[in-house]
Amino acid sequence: MNVLLFLVPMALLLGLSGLAAFLWSLRNGQYDDVQGAALRVLSDEDLKP
Amino acid sequence: MAEALDLSVYVKRQDDGTAHLDLAVEGIDCAACITEIEGGLSHLPGLLAARLNYTTHRLMLQWEGSLDPATFVQELDRLGYRAHPFRARALEEEEARRAQWLLKCLAVAGFASMNIMLLAVSVWSGNVSDISPETRDFFHWLAALISLPAVAYAGQPFFRSAIGALKNGRTNMDVPITIGILLALLMSVIETINHAEHTYFDSVVMLLFFLLCGRYLDQAMRRRTRAVAGNLASLRAEVAHRLDQHGEPTLVPTVALRRNDRVLVRPGERIPVDGIVIAGASEVDESLVTGETSLRSLQEGDTVYAGSFNHAGALTVHVTAAGQGTLLDEVERLLENASAAKSRYRQLADRVARAYAPIVHAAAALTALVWIATGSSVHDAVITAVAVLIITCPCALALAIPVVQVVASGTLFKANVLLNSGDALERLAHIDTIVFDKTGTLTLPEMRVANTAAIEPELLETAARLAMSSHHPLAAAVAREIRSAKPFPGVVEEPGRGVRAIVDNREIRLGSPSFCGAEDLAAIMAGENEQASVIAFSRGEERVVLLVRQALRPDALHTVRALQDLGLDCRILSGDRPAAVGPIAHALGIASWRGGAKPADKIGELKLLMANGKKVLMVGDGLNDAPALASADVSMSPITASDLTQAQADAVFLGDKLAPVLDAITISRRAHALMRQNLVLALVYNLIAVPLAFLGYVTPLVAALAMSGSSSLVTLNALRARGKKVDPMAKASTGPSRLTEIASQGA
Repeated sequence: MNVLLFLVPMALLLGLSGLAAFLWSLRNGQYDDVQGAALRVLSDEDLKP
Repeated sequence: MAEALDLSVYVKRQDDGTAHLDLAVEGIDCAACITEIEGGLSHLPGLLAARLNYTTHRLMLQWEGSLDPATFVQELDRLGYRAHPFRARALEEEEARRAQWLLKCLAVAGFASMNIMLLAVSVWSGNVSDISPETRDFFHWLAALISLPAVAYAGQPFFRSAIGALKNGRTNMDVPITIGILLALLMSVIETINHAEHTYFDSVVMLLFFLLCGRYLDQAMRRRTRAVAGNLASLRAEVAHRLDQHGEPTLVPTVALRRNDRVLVRPGERIPVDGIVIAGASEVDESLVTGETSLRSLQEGDTVYAGSFNHAGALTVHVTAAGQGTLLDEVERLLENASAAKSRYRQLADRVARAYAPIVHAAAALTALVWIATGSSVHDAVITAVAVLIITCPCALALAIPVVQVVASGTLFKANVLLNSGDALERLAHIDTIVFDKTGTLTLPEMRVANTAAIEPELLETAARLAMSSHHPLAAAVAREIRSAKPFPGVVEEPGRGVRAIVDNREIRLGSPSFCGAEDLAAIMAGENEQASVIAFSRGEERVVLLVRQALRPDALHTVRALQDLGLDCRILSGDRPAAVGPIAHALGIASWRGGAKPADKIGELKLLMANGKKVLMVGDGLNDAPALASADVSMSPITASDLTQAQADAVFLGDKLAPVLDAITISRRAHALMRQNLVLALVYNLIAVPLAFLGYVTPLVAALAMSGSSSLVTLNALRARGKKVDPMAKASTGPSRLTEIASQGA
């Protein structure tokens, strides 16, 4: 069962990093304009020819 | 626009020297708009950032230097978008903060429940195979380590609400939730210390996750409605001509006006403030204020109210502080009393919670007592009692009502009804009497030509095109007969008489009957229709007289019939003269009506109805209706109503049609039926689960299955509140309703 000593912290760490990523995206204002984000991705204006 | 609009009152200066402005933009309906607007503004010097929020249709601008904010509005106008300065209301910002907070709580609960479930499933499967007690204890400790801080953080919305309720000596649904959560956690920790087989960490965190989902959805729905209402309010935000010391007018937003300013009000404009006339004489239409449709003549020294419509001459108004007028004083005093009475309504959920909490807690106590009496140890008895509490923790019950509310208010949103208060649905479902105001509610807020059928369409169109060049209110009503056309070139306006132009070598005129040589026709028409104003049109030898008056909403008759078919008692209670109310009541088939009612009379009438056990819906728009709206069981007002009135209404409807009133009632009735069904479902679940828990069969696995099962069942049932598609007719209306269609796209 020694594998648990490795697996359990790993699982917790993965979960925590997911939570941290979500909180970062929330603070970053990524949920302020959900519909706009879906449309902005289709715009090519920012591409240099 | 000859005068530039002074927007400086909306500009926020930041510490780093940059300026900030928010605009609500009309006409955003495609993806290309984003780049068009942001790209189209980028050439302005000093502009640091322009970001369009497509969800809320708001444009955030940030710039440095001395850029005039009005240039943005002009530039957007050039691009084909109308923009209005927008200032977030305090309430909306508060809601946005709360939504963020709920989302954070939801994320924490979600993270915790996933990780704990990982551990819990291992323990469940280990319990039936070969898990060693040491490993199990290790997993339980880990689960405790995750869940205790997670619950402490994510449970705050419930803990705060429960403490708030208890402080006020009430109970709500959050009280049993909080007690259940805390007891279950405490017991699980004790069990972990005792090396026991079962803990409930997973159930607690999952419960929290489900409940937060319900809370967040509820919040999101309300916020979307608020955002649309906020945009509409800024589209309506009015401007005024403020006079400086030298008597020069500048165009400023009404919010920038201060007491003792002087304001110029031209004919055809709405008076923006309460004040006293210091120069000029005119006639004003105060129908938005009092419901009275005939004009009041004004002279120097008379008091005017915000919302009145200036018909005849230019007025200079000295701005006084709000609430000095006798009418406003009375309205505000009545409002205070009425609002106090309304807060006594108890929501269905709270009523259920009041009955539910004592029963559940009694059942848990009874369980403990019975187990001890039958010879079990105190430890076993307490554990079973806590299991009863956990299984009855009102997960499904707490979701039963909010989820229906969310779905139903989404449906209402599509039917052009915006709900102001969450419990309005329940109150709407109960009503049996509807009291309508007349002016602006049954009738359209603006005047229309009444005798269009008797006029040749081609002639009417010419008249309407000519009317577009005039600012006179009667001409504006004629101009409303066509939607899209350009005004004739070379139109000459003769002040006080009318407008004329030469088209196809013939002179056309629109104005007073004498101006068009149609006094004889006008005299006949006026004799037949005392309520209407007349305006004449001539083209060469052809002459017609147009009757302009307040027209019924296009579907008023149909809607009132449908409401009566539902068994609702429809009444009219108007501040207008009885002579003006009678014909409308007759046309709509409404038998009981009353005219000339003052604000206090309206309240008296409603009180009388309510004393007779009637549940009354009041629909009104005038300032004089505000106290009546507040004192009725539930109230609605059109979006054209005055701000004070809208603030009192439980729901606001958009567009030219009256159908949203009917939709609101049918949707809320269906929603209420579903709420009750959901409560019964939750109750049946408890009837099955409690005996099992009582007998000690509820393991954490059973609790997890039962809780998620009942919650899903209740949520799925709530989705039925969407019901059938809303009548497509309701969508075809014009004006502001287009906005909601845009806002509701993809929502």
